[in-house]
Amino acid sequence: MIWDATFQLVLLGSLLIGATSGTLGAFAVLRRRSLLGDALAHAALPGVALAFLWTQSKALPILLLGATISGVVGVLIIEAIVNYTRIKADAALGIVLSVFFGGGIVLLTHIQQSEVGNQSGLDKFLFGQAASIVRADLYVMCIVSALVMIAVFLCYKEFKVLIFDAEFLAAQGFSPRVVDLLLMGLIVLTVMVGLQAVGVILIAAMLITPAAAARFWTDRLHVMVLASGILGALCGALGVGLSALAPRIPTGPVMALVATVAFLISALIAPRRGVLARWARIRANALRENGQHFLRAYLALQTRGKREIVLLDLASELQLPLYRVRRLATRLASDGRVSLQNGACSLTKLGHKEANFVVKSHQLWEYYLVYRSILEEDHVDRSADEVEHILTPEIIEQLESILAQEGIDVVGDIHKTHSGYRRTGEDG
Amino acid sequence: MLHAVDESVTPIHIHDMTVAYHKKPVLWDVDLAVPEGKLVGVVGPNGAGKSTMIKAIMDLVPKASGWVHIYGKPYSRMRQVIGYVPQRESVDWDFPINALDVVLMGRYGHIGWVRRPDKIDRELAEEALEKVGMTDFGHRQINQLSGGQQQRVFLARALAQDAQIYLMDEPFAGVDAATERAIIDILMDLRARKKTMLVVHHDLHTVNQYFDWLVLINMRIVAAGETKDVFTDDNLNKTYGGRLTVLSEAAQAVAHHQRGL
Repeated sequence: MIWDATFQLVLLGSLLIGATSGTLGAFAVLRRRSLLGDALAHAALPGVALAFLWTQSKALPILLLGATISGVVGVLIIEAIVNYTRIKADAALGIVLSVFFGGGIVLLTHIQQSEVGNQSGLDKFLFGQAASIVRADLYVMCIVSALVMIAVFLCYKEFKVLIFDAEFLAAQGFSPRVVDLLLMGLIVLTVMVGLQAVGVILIAAMLITPAAAARFWTDRLHVMVLASGILGALCGALGVGLSALAPRIPTGPVMALVATVAFLISALIAPRRGVLARWARIRANALRENGQHFLRAYLALQTRGKREIVLLDLASELQLPLYRVRRLATRLASDGRVSLQNGACSLTKLGHKEANFVVKSHQLWEYYLVYRSILEEDHVDRSADEVEHILTPEIIEQLESILAQEGIDVVGDIHKTHSGYRRTGEDG
Repeated sequence: MLHAVDESVTPIHIHDMTVAYHKKPVLWDVDLAVPEGKLVGVVGPNGAGKSTMIKAIMDLVPKASGWVHIYGKPYSRMRQVIGYVPQRESVDWDFPINALDVVLMGRYGHIGWVRRPDKIDRELAEEALEKVGMTDFGHRQINQLSGGQQQRVFLARALAQDAQIYLMDEPFAGVDAATERAIIDILMDLRARKKTMLVVHHDLHTVNQYFDWLVLINMRIVAAGETKDVFTDDNLNKTYGGRLTVLSEAAQAVAHHQRGL
């Protein structure tokens, strides 16, 4: 790696591209417009080639002008297909994307085989070559990034309402069409400026992936926009750094891969929305439910007049293997709900309280369903069994008062249920 | 309307309005003058054009013909006097904002382009949240609210608009009893303050109890007036009965014809 002025230039350029596309990507992803960015980029390729054929110039502004025109034409054709035929958006997108991209490849091959073309370096627009960024390009990038950032800063609240509730935006006297056009225009600018470094095939990844990753970490839009921008900048910089380690690796794919790694890590470990957090929640619920079944089984045995209750009794009541019941009992003992002495098992005060609550919610729900004729009596238990674990004390109170108003006293007979313990997962 | 309407005191005056979606007419020749300070129910079967009428009043869907005046002026000049509660299902509740952010959107019309909400806007938003009994939920992400709470947030957003006329699309749909009570209390309070409300409603049991004025609608206005005069078996039969199928078949035919099928 060469840490010289050229490399700094390239690094700064990629950083800007990453930051800009990350920031705007947050809005594009939430607006479900991310694939439109992809279509736009692919459709830009023939524009690049035609601009070169027309002018015989490799100057970036000219090539990007061609790219922008053909990209926008592509998107307009998609909209026209959706509006005037019965073809749906996904098919329209697929058709336009492949036709434009195919045409672009044909033109590009033609240029490469011609005399003037073989040194044109237009192929960098396919996969991106950040190393080809020169000082003049960087100025263009700085201007576009600044424009995008200023527009996002100024129109943040308009973008927010446009995406959340466009009709309400209109009802407030704003024009959703104008706001939408502004957002789309910014996306076009960002995609075009990123073409040189990331390439038409993968620029959409820089728009989508950092935003999708950021969404996992936060429930606030401004945090998501910031995080997505920072993540995009990091991906841009890391992508250039990594691709510089080995010669001739295009920068676009490396940036996309770095962004994907960030996405995967986020999807896995993000609090609350991440896969692991979700899995832990499900497991905690299963543990709680099984514990509550244990307590309810204990109460049921006790009601039937059983004096000394051992784990084997509970195992047969719950229809679970003894080792699982033992595990449950040990866990409940460490929670202070059960005390175990010489194989005999008894509930602590806390355990009793919880057991009573569980039985009561089960009961109340059963009565409520039957009373309201929502379910037949013999169908009730399974549903009550699922619900008993999630009813809150407030709902229980409400149910009680509803039934009390209608002259039904459930509490008198709280230990009689239709029994049955729903199986959920492991008990640990 | 046969009789003359004094427009300066008429919150909503609709004249000969027809609305079409994709060239298929969904509302025909609507004439309606809503009186000031009334809680007005809009009742009719699914697909009768209830939401469409509300959206057409606010220019959210284009009119094929006719016009709407708000206190005698076109809507475009009277936006600030109308508050809007859309159907709850019309938005994505997984959007990354909290309840207070949503309510604050009700101030955007007053704030205008580019400028940001200030302290007063925030206070008004918090006040609106308090009115719907959601003070403690302001910083809750909106997907962690129950359906009833989400509906209250939408109502608070409309209250934050501080309007004269409120258009509400099914504010009672899928809410719990406590929320329904809370919403109706707020509507009564608005009426006491001389606000006019047009409320799309689908529960016929509560019509008599809630609304002092009623619009029965099924692709056209079947009847409109004081609830006690309009809410009759005969009118309900006209609204919900099969007599209007001819109209909807005609609409289909028009749509097919114009799409060239």
